[in-house]
Amino acid sequence: MKISNEEQKRSAEFFVKEIRRLTNRPLRLMEVCGTHTVAIFKSGIRQLLPCEVELISGPGCPVCVTPNDYLDMAIAYSRQKDTIITTFGDMLKVPGSTSSLAAEKAEGRDIRVVYSPLESLDIAAGNLDKKVIFLAVGFETTAPTAAATVLEAERKMLRNFYVLSAHKRVPPALNALCAADDITLDGLLLPGHVSAIIGEQAYAFLSERFSVPAVIAGFEALDILQAVYFLVKQIREGKAAVENQYRRIVKPEGNVAARNILSQVYEEDDAVWRGIGLINFSGLKVNAKYRRFDAEESIPVEVEPTVEPRGCRCGEVLRGVAKPFECSLFGDICRPEQPVGSCMVSVEGACAAWYRYGTGRWQI
Amino acid sequence: MKEEKILLAHGSGGKLSQKLIEEVMRPAFSNPALDEMHDGAKVTVNGAKLAFTTDSHVVKPLFFAGGDIGKLAVCGTVNDLAMTGAKALYLSAGFIIEEGFPQSDLLRVVDSMRQAAFQANVTIVTGDTKVVEKGAADGIYINTAGVGALIEGVNISPQRACSGQNIILTGSLGDHAVTIMAERHGLTLPVNITSDCAPLNGMIEELLYNVPEIAVLRDPTRGGLATVLNEVASQAQAGIIINEMDIPVNPEVMAVCDMLGYDPLYLANEGKAVIFVESVHTDKALAILKQHVYGRNAKVIGQVTKDPKGQVGLRTLVGGVRLLDMLPGDQLPRIC
Repeated sequence: MKISNEEQKRSAEFFVKEIRRLTNRPLRLMEVCGTHTVAIFKSGIRQLLPCEVELISGPGCPVCVTPNDYLDMAIAYSRQKDTIITTFGDMLKVPGSTSSLAAEKAEGRDIRVVYSPLESLDIAAGNLDKKVIFLAVGFETTAPTAAATVLEAERKMLRNFYVLSAHKRVPPALNALCAADDITLDGLLLPGHVSAIIGEQAYAFLSERFSVPAVIAGFEALDILQAVYFLVKQIREGKAAVENQYRRIVKPEGNVAARNILSQVYEEDDAVWRGIGLINFSGLKVNAKYRRFDAEESIPVEVEPTVEPRGCRCGEVLRGVAKPFECSLFGDICRPEQPVGSCMVSVEGACAAWYRYGTGRWQI
Repeated sequence: MKEEKILLAHGSGGKLSQKLIEEVMRPAFSNPALDEMHDGAKVTVNGAKLAFTTDSHVVKPLFFAGGDIGKLAVCGTVNDLAMTGAKALYLSAGFIIEEGFPQSDLLRVVDSMRQAAFQANVTIVTGDTKVVEKGAADGIYINTAGVGALIEGVNISPQRACSGQNIILTGSLGDHAVTIMAERHGLTLPVNITSDCAPLNGMIEELLYNVPEIAVLRDPTRGGLATVLNEVASQAQAGIIINEMDIPVNPEVMAVCDMLGYDPLYLANEGKAVIFVESVHTDKALAILKQHVYGRNAKVIGQVTKDPKGQVGLRTLVGGVRLLDMLPGDQLPRIC
């Protein structure tokens, strides 16, 4: 349903008024998802909220939390003979320790951008003498499609298709953030798309273990304002529940069929998040049955030692303890045209959003 | 060090185009007329004040709903002259044609140039034709240059944008770019999306004769409204704020944008003008524009502010304000 501009404006005014009325102390709310970060900046929501309500960008941008050593490994594979790398476009420009996939592509390595992992299978079928490695990056939203691709490769008996998995799970990361000593969060805006797969129950620990109010939110400006309103209301009433603002898409039980496909191919594994470090059970690894599709298990490779970019504070940005502009590289040395850190590369990265949409002061 | 190569984005009208101009073109050619960095240059010849401009056209596909490369080549240059505050008079036409190009297509293109020149009341007085081997060009490219007489008492200059002025947009955004993209991708369009390609000089001349106080005129072609406003804000060292609520976009164009992931604020237009005018003259300017077929939907979309200097802000539908930056590159090559 599309609502008119006037109706949008009126609804927004209502939510903003209510948020102001209910706020009686400084609040730190984290929007976990990168898509939320962009939507918040694009609609200028930050300036609408009372100054006590601070929105902090979280670790929900898949490209941003992918650690350097993963990129180094992808780059090392791309340099191997008879190898084709397939990847989503936003990984190309992410700097590894000493190179990037874009730089390798310019050097002539066979690196192809795909819009769906399934396209990799056509490439594999057309290049049977080569190894095709799909860079499987993303949260619970994209992982089921990667799993479906592995199942399809099995059905088609494609022996030259592999995935290099860096899939991540959102709930363990939230658990790590809430348990950390140096981060205080009064509420969480939960990612709508991830929740559509994993459902409401997956977040029960937030209220049970940490008493943190949380709201699953959609991606329109009004969705986000309404979700912030729900959060502020919970806080004011002393509640800590998982609410679902995005009911038109997110069912309480999530998407069972997608999760079934996922569990056929993947198993939980410990994983390293850029900036946060190792989080138990926060990654997805190809299970024993499909292990031969796992590039890391099947194709030996020598990877250069990992070097983190000097001065880059992406790690702190991803944990919500530093603002992008507090990084000395921001805007000057690190820009979307020549990013140093991953948070500036991805359009969903907090640094890119700050840079692109910023906050100026217009007096009228 | 790696050798830097020219990228498609260098031709987008965005940040990279600006960089190319600043780092390559300006150091080579710098002079007062060029350094004004407007759509056309103001020059004086034997005491006559003239506007002089040039524009090359490489649009793909050559023929599209609402126009073709010929009409575009005439309107583009005529509009650049109008945006300089001049009455467009004479045009040149240079053709670079690929071997094997159908003569019937050339006839169509030339006839459409003839019609556009007639409509714009300009004369094509000189030309040139070159043919290159098959594969050395893509069909046909057209360059046009134009000369016009600066209108007495008018001083159009981006540097004149200043706090308190209103910003008028003469119609909806994105029609041209969406038409081109849809045709290129073979999308079937709703019948009512066509390129807005049109000569604006008649309307602009009448506006300038009646409201000579107009400060800035720009046509939001490559890079769209957002890019033009950023250029003006930076040249005038003023702030600009526009209201999302007031910016007209055809619903069909918006639907295609949503589908393809484009922002109409950055899309090219070929028949729209952005006009900066003091608030006391705004109503008169709007009344004149609205009488013209190309200005019927003209409206005030924003204001010039004192601060923040060089920045453009967008007041969103929900009432927040955010920075409207220039795109680092551009998604749409060969749009005009």
